[in-house]
Amino acid sequence: MTSTLPDSLLPERAPRAPRRGSTTGLVVLLGLTVLLGLVSLAIGSRTIPLGTVLDVLLHDDGSEAATIIHDLRVPRTVLALTVGLSLGIAGALMQGHTRNPLAEPGLLGVEAGAAFAVVLAIYTLGIEDLGGYAWFAMLGAGIASAVVFAIGSTRGGPDPISLILAGAAVTALLAALTQAVVIRSTDVLDAYRFWVVGSTAGRQLDVFWQVLPFVLAGLLVAAVSTPGLNLLQLGDDVARSLGLNPVLHKVLGITAVMLLTGAATAACGPVGFVGLVVPHMARFFGGVDYRWVVPYSALFGALLVLGADIIGRLVVRPGELQVGIVMALVGGPVFILLARRTRLVKL
Amino acid sequence: MVDRPAADGPTPVRRLAASPLRMGPASWLVPVRAGLVTVVAVLVLALLVVVDLSVGDFSIPFGVVVETLLAGGDPGQQFIVRELRLPQTVVALLAGASLGLAGALCQTFARNPLASPDILGVTRGASFAAVAVIVLAGGSGYNGGLVTGRLQQVGLPLAAFAGGMLAAAFLYLMSVRRGGLDSQRLVLIGIGLGAALTAATSWLLTRARIMDAQSAQVWLNGSLNGRGWEQALPMAAVLAVMLPVSLVLVRSLNAMQLGDDAARGLGVRLQGTQVMVLVCAVALSSVAVAGVGPLEFVAFVVPQVALRLTGGSRPPLVAAMVLGGILVVGADIITRAVLPFALPAGIVTAVIGAPYLIWLLVRTNRRKSA
Repeated sequence: MTSTLPDSLLPERAPRAPRRGSTTGLVVLLGLTVLLGLVSLAIGSRTIPLGTVLDVLLHDDGSEAATIIHDLRVPRTVLALTVGLSLGIAGALMQGHTRNPLAEPGLLGVEAGAAFAVVLAIYTLGIEDLGGYAWFAMLGAGIASAVVFAIGSTRGGPDPISLILAGAAVTALLAALTQAVVIRSTDVLDAYRFWVVGSTAGRQLDVFWQVLPFVLAGLLVAAVSTPGLNLLQLGDDVARSLGLNPVLHKVLGITAVMLLTGAATAACGPVGFVGLVVPHMARFFGGVDYRWVVPYSALFGALLVLGADIIGRLVVRPGELQVGIVMALVGGPVFILLARRTRLVKL
Repeated sequence: MVDRPAADGPTPVRRLAASPLRMGPASWLVPVRAGLVTVVAVLVLALLVVVDLSVGDFSIPFGVVVETLLAGGDPGQQFIVRELRLPQTVVALLAGASLGLAGALCQTFARNPLASPDILGVTRGASFAAVAVIVLAGGSGYNGGLVTGRLQQVGLPLAAFAGGMLAAAFLYLMSVRRGGLDSQRLVLIGIGLGAALTAATSWLLTRARIMDAQSAQVWLNGSLNGRGWEQALPMAAVLAVMLPVSLVLVRSLNAMQLGDDAARGLGVRLQGTQVMVLVCAVALSSVAVAGVGPLEFVAFVVPQVALRLTGGSRPPLVAAMVLGGILVVGADIITRAVLPFALPAGIVTAVIGAPYLIWLLVRTNRRKSA
């Protein structure tokens, strides 16, 4: 048949089978994550051999290496993994529910709300420790995202286009108010400019326990709502006729995004870029089925944040670069190459 | 690929946005509502310009302002209106108009309300270059935390313009594959580029001395303070060239709303049109950003507000331009005459623009629920 067609009408390449995620892929990613976790424990301003790492990890013998690992490296590794996982899932759900490849979890006003609350806490109460920021960040994130949710919803549940616009408008408003405070006070600017880039450094494990309930709740809600996301892609009417309750699923999905992003922002400050880019990476490898995209996003997110954290510790030794900065500086070019080379998955 | 109606596009408006006009065998659509909105907006803009020229430390009655503009008034009033206030008002007007138009072009091009000149790399590239100049110039140029002297007039805008152009050119080169330009690929690469540049900017800010960081923050928020003819002239020149070009593109833009394939089927030269839209948006936003800093919010929100007021199917170009002027001139009035302390105009545009967009959304959603 095709031989009768002129050359210009022939496809340049035979169409490949659509990409799909696989259990093997997940296992490989999981293995990489564990490996990177161990590397993260070993590397820093003082490098500790992997054997010693495993040794003191199981038996805290009170040596210097054990102190470094238990007090410094374990908290930041755990936090990096948690933040990456949460933001990866939140990003995938956000892009799925808004059906917009440019949507990121920060758009729900979560990060802007957290930032404004933190700046207010520094400005009015003079709070200076990172654990104190976390409570204010969580409070601000919760209020801001609830407002966005209320503005962006109709009787048919959250409406993609108004949710995005409401989020962007609330974010802009809060960002402007934050800037108005920051510009007027040098002290606040000095504290804010380090919080806002997102960092895993200087946090203890108590921050992790503080945000863990929110992460777990977010994961649970995400797990319940993800299978329905595939049907929701067909539009509300089709989804309803196939037996899905679109309003319930959208409310669940957006709630999961709020919980996960709020927890991540409270733990490490706004770490941008992960939620936006990781779902695209997951789609490059895992296709369009959200039952694969979401777990792939979780692991890619964890890998990306942890990898960025490790690189940040290596490049300017003995100092370090904040994880948010490294991620976008290294991840940006990598993402550009991926977007250039791969076939695009339409969302 | 499953068709997803009304997922990316604006919410459909029930009321007829255009009326058919028939003359014998010929008939065409007259966009009544868009026309009315635009005319009213132009009147409001004219009023705001007069108010902006009349208020300040030494207030001048409206009538005298108009008289002075038409070559009347006494020398003192002429000096205040023409020499002191007019340049800044014109800069506000032109910057708002350029960014509104650029935003409408970007959102139409990407068929996505989240798209704005940011994703073309212009704003982020310009911000990075400007912050680099402020921070790396060190003690010599920007001592005391304030950008002053000839460096402010020449060095900073030039660096910002060059940064914006370089970023846009890099984005274009990375997005073109085998001579073809895919709008989705361009948007994705723009995200990556923007994120990397933003991170580099925040890194510079954490490394900077606190005074430099503070003056960089002021620039990053977009400020009209002390802007004059040297900023207005390039903006006016670019707008004079790009507005007609954009208006010629309207026909193709309308067809492109139906999707790339449908546009090709309707006889649109897709590649050529896309490149022209990009050139227009990049030129408009880079010259505006170089002049007044990244008023990011204007380019994003104004086209969406214009769309909701005119009730079309895509952000209207002329209405977005006029509304952009209204927002920035209004912000100038508020920063100069209402607020008791100095605040960058970019913050004011967000504080007055965001609630308005929120109100429009709430109203639309309530109508949909009812």
